[in-house]
Amino acid sequence: MSNLKLIIKREFIARVRNKTFIVMTFLSPLIVVGMISLITWLATVNNDEIHKVAFFDETGFFNTSFKDSNDINYINYSHLTLNDAKDSVVIKKLDGLLYVPKIVNTKELAKSIQFYADEVPNVTTLNKLEKIIGDELTNHNFKEKGLDLHLIKEAKTEVNIQIQNFLGKKTSKMSSYIKMIFGGLAGYLLMMFIIIYGNMVMRSVIEEKSNRIIEIIISSVKPMELMMGKILGTSFAGILQFFIWVVLGSILLTVGLLFFNIDLDQNNIQEALNTIQKTQGGMMANAAEFLIEIKGLPLGTLVLSFLVYFIGGYFLYSSIYAAIGAAVDNETDSQQFMLPVILPLMLGIYVGFFSVIENPHGTVSTIFSMIPLTSPIVMLMRIPFGVRWWEVLISICLLIASIVFITWLAGRIYRVGILMYGKKITYKELFKWMKY
Amino acid sequence: MANLLEVQQATKQFGSFTALKDVSIQVPKGSIFGLLGPNGAGKTTLIRIINQITLPDQGSVYLDNELLHPQHIKDIGYLPEERGLYKSMKVGEQALYLAQLKGLSKSEAKERLKYWFDKFDITDWWNKKIQELSKGMAQKVQFIVTVLHKPKLLIFDEPFSGFDPINANVIKDEILQLRDEGATVIFSTHRMESVEELCDHMALINKSKKILDGKVTDIKKAFKTNTFEVGVLTENNNDLYKNLQDNFDITPANFKTIDDQLKVKITLNDDTSSNELLQYLSNKGQIMRFNEVIPTVNEIFIKTITDNE
Repeated sequence: MSNLKLIIKREFIARVRNKTFIVMTFLSPLIVVGMISLITWLATVNNDEIHKVAFFDETGFFNTSFKDSNDINYINYSHLTLNDAKDSVVIKKLDGLLYVPKIVNTKELAKSIQFYADEVPNVTTLNKLEKIIGDELTNHNFKEKGLDLHLIKEAKTEVNIQIQNFLGKKTSKMSSYIKMIFGGLAGYLLMMFIIIYGNMVMRSVIEEKSNRIIEIIISSVKPMELMMGKILGTSFAGILQFFIWVVLGSILLTVGLLFFNIDLDQNNIQEALNTIQKTQGGMMANAAEFLIEIKGLPLGTLVLSFLVYFIGGYFLYSSIYAAIGAAVDNETDSQQFMLPVILPLMLGIYVGFFSVIENPHGTVSTIFSMIPLTSPIVMLMRIPFGVRWWEVLISICLLIASIVFITWLAGRIYRVGILMYGKKITYKELFKWMKY
Repeated sequence: MANLLEVQQATKQFGSFTALKDVSIQVPKGSIFGLLGPNGAGKTTLIRIINQITLPDQGSVYLDNELLHPQHIKDIGYLPEERGLYKSMKVGEQALYLAQLKGLSKSEAKERLKYWFDKFDITDWWNKKIQELSKGMAQKVQFIVTVLHKPKLLIFDEPFSGFDPINANVIKDEILQLRDEGATVIFSTHRMESVEELCDHMALINKSKKILDGKVTDIKKAFKTNTFEVGVLTENNNDLYKNLQDNFDITPANFKTIDDQLKVKITLNDDTSSNELLQYLSNKGQIMRFNEVIPTVNEIFIKTITDNE
């Protein structure tokens, strides 16, 4: 077996056997799914809470407007005096009292309605109340002006602009969302992968250095071979871990959703049915559209470019991580060199989430999808929106060139650094090492 | 005798610091070669150049009359001074891995490891992790890994540090046996007594330059000053002392005796032979001790370094 293979094998086994690695592999999906389930559950619990609102209507406009819904119940206190109504609300611990004063002019009235409560009511409740009152007053105005409500309803038009490029390919807002999700997910995944496994590469370099085994190894293999073996071995362990996460995660998520779905269904079945009726099968149409859009994406190109940028980006960063590991004696000292790694990663993510989503082919997005340290993330986010082939080509060429250059540079720092002990390393020192 | 290793005019610069300047050494086949020098003299740099860990800026290295090339790694076994093993890996796995890196097949490595583990009586360590072993135990494993691939050239940097006297002896005997089986050994150490005991050739490096090298016996010959340590039993020590003082270059000597002798070191000039001195002394009293003072490696080391300052 060649030395590189041996090193890759050892690194892989060392990573995979590590206790933290094993625990994280099986615990992370549990934690993530647990969090999602918890949030879902909390949301359900929140939804279960029914607000009780009393109203005191002096105008008589709203006698029939307030109908109990699944989150707000209404109690009519109009037959009491205002003060008695307030007292009753306090005694019965209701959420508040809506007071509609006797004003005939609807514009005046709209400004004068009060809500009495100990605590500020939540925005949703308030919005609902405002909507009901607003609708009622608008209808009242229409009637006063002698307009037919049915005619108005019929006259209302909903617009959905169909987008189409010059080649006749149709797109829609839905497709933009899907592209955003695809790109965002890919970019975010790459960043996480780089941070998690780049750090692992670095720790493994530091471990060899502090174990003092490095000189024994280095007398058998070339430092570059060792570095490459480390990066590859760790990435294989990473891919395995990611794979397990995806499988475990989907299983747990399915189980979890099934478990909670029963709850959700019972509570929301009526509302869900209502929505479907209202949109007249709109949801079905949406789902179909969703599938068509996904099918319409250039999946082959996406997967291919994902692989290229994923591998390229990971190699670029992990060789920097390896060089940092070689330069320091322990993990604490590595902090001072983290900035050049974290900064471009963060920049890539921010440019991706703000600039690319806003304008995928704008100047900022284009430039950052060319610069090698940010290009893997930014380009991954741009590609679903369709990037001209020569832009991708330039970006990939730049990426490959910089991988060769950075790995070479990192290799030089690595070669010197692994045999250097007890020295506080500065950037100036690193620069000198490159020339040794 | 042919040389197994020849280093010619090796120079290595780290930035503005010169670690090695025009150093040449010849290591004869089958010899035990002592590489000596104070801390920071450049020994480790020289060893790393031989191991192809560092490349020299100038100069060349020949192993077995071939210019050093990457395949030679398999012909060299190196035990560095700064040595350790993977803490969380099992002893056996680790030894197998390191042996395979040196080009042994897995089965071959296993077989040879079994031989050595049996020899050192450490077979039950196979499934232990290094962190469960003491430092001396780990050193034994490192020693085995160094010699396992039967290299032509063995390089030991401070091999005895970390060993108790018993185990140091075990290792010393193993080194001698490997030499007898045909290996050539380079020793880098500060422990002069082990050089005295083991080495037949040596080189002394100070401040990145080689200042002395050759056969240990030749060096000793060159460093001896024709001085004899003498013990004479007389009735009046003072008379003889004065007498000797008039005729020779003498200094007091210090060695343990059971009776009251006159103890002196006498340095002869070129036209007096030791026989003449012996004759002269035998007339003065009973000669209890007469031996030539041969400088120890330690004395040569200190003298050369101090003269060089």
